Amino acid sequence: MSLSVSDVSVTRGGKPILSNVGFTAPKGAITGLLGPNGAGKSTLLHTLLGLMPTSGSAVFERVDLLSMPRRERARMAALVEQSVSTEERLSVRDVVALGRIPYQSALSGADDPAGSEIINQALADVGMQEFADRRIQSLSGGEQQRVHIARALAQQPRLLLLDEPTSHLDIRAQLELTALLRRKAVSGMTVVVAIHDLNLAARYCDHLVVLDRGRLSAEGAPNQVLTARMLEAVYGVRARLLDDPQSDRATIVYD
Amino acid sequence: MRPASLSALTVLLLASALIAVTLGPAEITAGDVWLTILHHLGLMAEPSLSRLQDAIVWELRLPRVLVAMGVGAGLALAGAVMQALTRNPLADPYLLGLSSGAALGAVIFLLLGAVLLMPLGAFFGSTGALALALLIAQLLGGATPSRAILAGICISALATAATSFLIFWSATGDSYREILSWLMGSLAGSLWSDVGLVFAALLLCVPIILFFGRALDAFAFGDTSAAALGIDVPRLRWTMLGASALLTGIMVAVGGAIGFVGLVVPHVVRLAIGTSHRALLPHAMMVGAIFMLWADTLARTLFDPRELPVGIITALIGAPIFLLVLLRYRRIT
Repeated sequence: MSLSVSDVSVTRGGKPILSNVGFTAPKGAITGLLGPNGAGKSTLLHTLLGLMPTSGSAVFERVDLLSMPRRERARMAALVEQSVSTEERLSVRDVVALGRIPYQSALSGADDPAGSEIINQALADVGMQEFADRRIQSLSGGEQQRVHIARALAQQPRLLLLDEPTSHLDIRAQLELTALLRRKAVSGMTVVVAIHDLNLAARYCDHLVVLDRGRLSAEGAPNQVLTARMLEAVYGVRARLLDDPQSDRATIVYD
Repeated sequence: MRPASLSALTVLLLASALIAVTLGPAEITAGDVWLTILHHLGLMAEPSLSRLQDAIVWELRLPRVLVAMGVGAGLALAGAVMQALTRNPLADPYLLGLSSGAALGAVIFLLLGAVLLMPLGAFFGSTGALALALLIAQLLGGATPSRAILAGICISALATAATSFLIFWSATGDSYREILSWLMGSLAGSLWSDVGLVFAALLLCVPIILFFGRALDAFAFGDTSAAALGIDVPRLRWTMLGASALLTGIMVAVGGAIGFVGLVVPHVVRLAIGTSHRALLPHAMMVGAIFMLWADTLARTLFDPRELPVGIITALIGAPIFLLVLLRYRRIT
């Protein structure tokens, strides 16, 4: 089941942040959310989790994410935020275990028999098993990012939202991350990722959504959406798109 | 949860109480003290002490020991909650202007001649300061942790200035000493009515805090992250803040502004058992009770027959421990 967002508007302090945004993120695919800084990408991701007052709807698996009970929503959809930190002395495993909170009832507390197995699997998914007992603060930015993704995976979401997950990563870590997202998409997860690197988006996303000043500017397959005209209009840059015959995807060169 | 360490702490607390109640200027043997208490509990028929000695045990020492335990437990618990809610390791129960507000309230009631109502004044002062701090934060555009702290600092400074002004303007002799004891924190003269007040507050607030407190883990990476994990952030914040304020208000009303318990105890417990609030909150409570009990025992016996305000002891012990905790954090991160 795809994620179908329609007519989402958000205002903050009287100013419109998002205006009537609507798009579809296909199931089992990676949808890239593009747009310059301040276009409303983060706000849109937060909105999909009901974290701010919103009008409109975001239907996923026949229920509206914007109005469903928050715990159920946290079992269905997980968010990887952009660069968060903590002062708490948490181990990597502790952080990943936070992803099980939506599964623990207030009364019975930590009754989550499958929890530790799922946490181990999430750590393995991101290749961080050996780091399980390290303090989160002792890891590099890229490693911390992977831990947060493992935390999101421990929520066992069917919809995974990521806000600029590649911005702290070196190129190898970026490619590993996109490979991980691909595996998750192939297994049926719907992935929506806000992303700055247009070449990464062109190469690895199945579907693109472009926001510009809080409005939907373009939506569709990467080869349709990424055009010199769109880049000029939305980002204000002059660019050429070269075809990479090997991948059949465009490569963007800025002039 | 670690039931084993929790029961060990419970045993330690009971043992501490049994020992502390035998210590004091009056020469009464430990056996006689315990027999007297058993007698009052209706478990022993024959009182073996004189009426004066009996009163020392039953009217002075025992209430004092119980109040110390209760106040320590309450302050440590409130401290652990405030640190989690504000994501600020330096937070303590007094952060949002609570202690200075309480001192101001107490001093005002004292100067009005209502010495017996000083605890009430302290309670009004502390909750009033909290309400004011949160109101200011809300007016600044939403009661986020950082805004609430800044507003609290502002309220705190104002209340302290007002207190100093009142002391400067009017206090003399006896009332001055009374005020000073408030400002430094002291459990001297604790009565059974104080015991009732402290444990009523604990009975009301502790179940709420322990029940909802488990969700505090979700705040490690901030409000957004907690909300994304399915936590009703505003509801949890206000419930916890309200319960902590009530708890702190009563503790301050009874014991004055006793510092460092709420700040240091949660940190020490975290170092020992980790950050999971399910375990942290009850452990902090027990350790707070034990720490406060011994600090107060020192306060009343060290310079016998003179009493030290217990706030001096908790600061003397607490400040160096806090420094060690900071150093340890530094090594780890």
